[in-house]
Amino acid sequence: MIRYVLRRLLQLIPVFFGTTFLIYVLVWAVPGDPFAGKCGQTACPQAYITQMTEKFHLADNIFVQYFKYLGSLFTGDWGETFNGTSVGELIATSYPITLRLAVVAVIIEAVIGLTAGVLTGLRGKGFLDNLVLVSTTFLISLPVFVTAIVLQLALGTNGLGLIEASVSDNPSIGELIVPGIALGSLSMAYVARLSRTSIAENRRADYVRTAIAKGQPTSRVVGVHLLRNSVIPVLTFLGTDLGALMGGAIVTEGVFNINGLGGLIFRGIQNRESATVVGVVVLLVLVYLLMSLIVDLLYAVLDPRIRYD
Amino acid sequence: MRRSRRLWGSSAVVTTLALVLAACGGGSSGDSTGSGGTDPDGTVSVYGTEPQNALVPTNINDLGGTKAIQVMFATLVGFKGADAQPFNLMADSITTTDSKVYDIKIKQGWKFHDGTEVKAHNFIDAWNYGAYAPNGQLNTDFFSNIQGYKDVHPEDKNAKPATDKMSGLVLKGDYEFQVTLDGPFSVFSIKVGYQAFAPLPDVFFKDPKGFEQHPVGNGPMKFVSRTPNQDIKLTRFDDYKGDDKVHFKDLNIKIYASQETAYQDLLSGRLDFMEALPPSAVAGGKYKADLGDRLVTGHLLGISTIALPYYVPGYDNLELRKAVSMAIDRAQITKTVMNDTYVPADSYIAQGIPGARTGVCQFCKFDPAAAKEAFAKSGFKGKLTIASNADGGRKEPLTAACNSIKNTLGVECDFVPATDFGQWRSIVTGKKLTGMGRSDWSADYPSIEDFLNPIYKTGGSSNDSSYSNPQVDSILGQADATADKDAAVKLYQQAEDLIAKDLPSIPVWDEKGVAAKSKNLKSAGLDFRRMPDYPSIEVLKK
Repeated sequence: MIRYVLRRLLQLIPVFFGTTFLIYVLVWAVPGDPFAGKCGQTACPQAYITQMTEKFHLADNIFVQYFKYLGSLFTGDWGETFNGTSVGELIATSYPITLRLAVVAVIIEAVIGLTAGVLTGLRGKGFLDNLVLVSTTFLISLPVFVTAIVLQLALGTNGLGLIEASVSDNPSIGELIVPGIALGSLSMAYVARLSRTSIAENRRADYVRTAIAKGQPTSRVVGVHLLRNSVIPVLTFLGTDLGALMGGAIVTEGVFNINGLGGLIFRGIQNRESATVVGVVVLLVLVYLLMSLIVDLLYAVLDPRIRYD
Repeated sequence: MRRSRRLWGSSAVVTTLALVLAACGGGSSGDSTGSGGTDPDGTVSVYGTEPQNALVPTNINDLGGTKAIQVMFATLVGFKGADAQPFNLMADSITTTDSKVYDIKIKQGWKFHDGTEVKAHNFIDAWNYGAYAPNGQLNTDFFSNIQGYKDVHPEDKNAKPATDKMSGLVLKGDYEFQVTLDGPFSVFSIKVGYQAFAPLPDVFFKDPKGFEQHPVGNGPMKFVSRTPNQDIKLTRFDDYKGDDKVHFKDLNIKIYASQETAYQDLLSGRLDFMEALPPSAVAGGKYKADLGDRLVTGHLLGISTIALPYYVPGYDNLELRKAVSMAIDRAQITKTVMNDTYVPADSYIAQGIPGARTGVCQFCKFDPAAAKEAFAKSGFKGKLTIASNADGGRKEPLTAACNSIKNTLGVECDFVPATDFGQWRSIVTGKKLTGMGRSDWSADYPSIEDFLNPIYKTGGSSNDSSYSNPQVDSILGQADATADKDAAVKLYQQAEDLIAKDLPSIPVWDEKGVAAKSKNLKSAGLDFRRMPDYPSIEVLKK
């Protein structure tokens, strides 16, 4: 087990350098002058451009720039935005909010998705199955921003009046439920389908038949034997999804004006704040890597075949 | 120079969808003006965007930052009323005999928010700071006609400035200083009303980094706190002596990522003021039903033109310019596409500016027959294009203009979108347009001069068409040098007449300025810079 963990940890290093380098190059190499639109209808004064170029090492070779950035990153300095705000500070204020939102979304999709999946998987064809099939198809076909805006308008002040169009600066869990539904809706549909298929398949597996033949109560057959085996693919999905949700929150956070990481990227891209974008994406890469590591480890715990490989 | 840089990230798809969906939401509450009194200690929240730079007046020219700067600092001259009449705010008097040397006396007893008195040296220090090249301030060009600017800001970017003080600024006492310009410039006494000319307190020069965290101004409101991407909080400065006091206590500039969301909040009363409406609300005139008497209309001092750059092959052709101009049905487009948020334009100066006239551009009327005739004479072959950034509702009117040209002249015309404002401006300033381009201008300070020199003088900072007419240059030079205000205006008008004959760009429409207030406010105005007119805001008692 320890060798397995070590191997997985070592694999993270090249992945980290590779992804951050790609991101850095891609973001800073976006064609166009970052100062082009900064000064309204006139061109920016040369003195301003010179100062900014120097401050952000823009005149250097992109590799040099990257290593300078990496150097300061390892000392805990995430860099500065063009208006002089520390990116580290921005991330520090916004990541708890995004984390809260992502957790709300994962809980919603896990609870609703798994319940729907287990129920339909056990019962098989029927009204409920059709209902879940139709509604998940519907949700999958809707992009997140449509779901978000529809929810915002339908439940907002001009609709049912249940929620406000934007959440407060430091939103409570309650305020995040509707944005969480919007954010998690797509994955919720996948979780429902994934667990339904998985359950339906395993229902006829030999070990389930054996368990029933042994005379075990249905709750134990379903709860322990069936669910534990069926949940592996779902768990993989949920784990990586938590990472995806942190990034996928871009649209949702933009719509509900949530000051999380997604909102930070949303504005960063709008204003061409490359420092912010790189910083947040690097963080997301870390979260992703960590989440997939955890999922792999959980896998190893759930399935001995992987552990002893 | 300040241009609406609202990059409403929502893609066209989002906008269209929001539009369709919003149409289902509809509904408005009419009972907005309650009969209750006003609350002098109320709180007002206004829509904001993240400032582009730290809140230092010489380094801010975007809408988001200006919204805070403008009310935190008081300049020598203020502007009031719909036509932005200049009046002496911090200045006691500004006198000149030759429009070259200005004697400026400031009022005594005014204080910065940290309690120190505003003195003449605060102005001189601030202006020197703004002009000094190594400081890299965005608004440095505003100081460029003060004597000695070249010494602190050499044209060669690698040269080290010889000094950090401009010779044209001379301290005459605690409350008096003298400004000498490179040459006569009659509009200087209005120009100093621009925010870049605000005084800076001594604490700024001691610790600029600390100042950025907690700016100290001399205006009607003082800084409380700022959370990036979230809000900027200001509160009333009770020692303020100016005429433009505010009639509420706290100001919360709330930063939104999406204008659509802000608009929803405005309708529900969570946000009190928005200086512009999202495209989905403007479409189909929906905002009129949404807002009712909460609609705030202003009078923006700005014009929208379409530039025909002289460097594009085939465009150096007066008949073509006439044909295109006469082929655009301005009245129809402003009414049906822009839903009365704009009015047709036929001159190069925004209406309301002293010296602005109507009908200066004789080719700015829709005249299909004459347009066809001019087009035949021009001998132009090929396709016409109009380029612009497509976000923020820019695309629709220009597409309509293109269609109008196409239908009238029978020539192919396409709208060419740029992804965002930044990319768009780099195309224009890099002189890489391959056809016509949107060329809008809003006044930095309300003067006829600000509509001509930067845009039509050879090498002007916003001369998008690369227009150059020696006669225009010489008349503009004369006008700048004329001390008598009325005589100067006459000369500027002459220059405008000449420009209207050459049609370097085609005036199309003027923006009225449509803003919105919430049901919590009794009154609110929109000023000529598309800023909330803070002194006019009154909060209803809850």
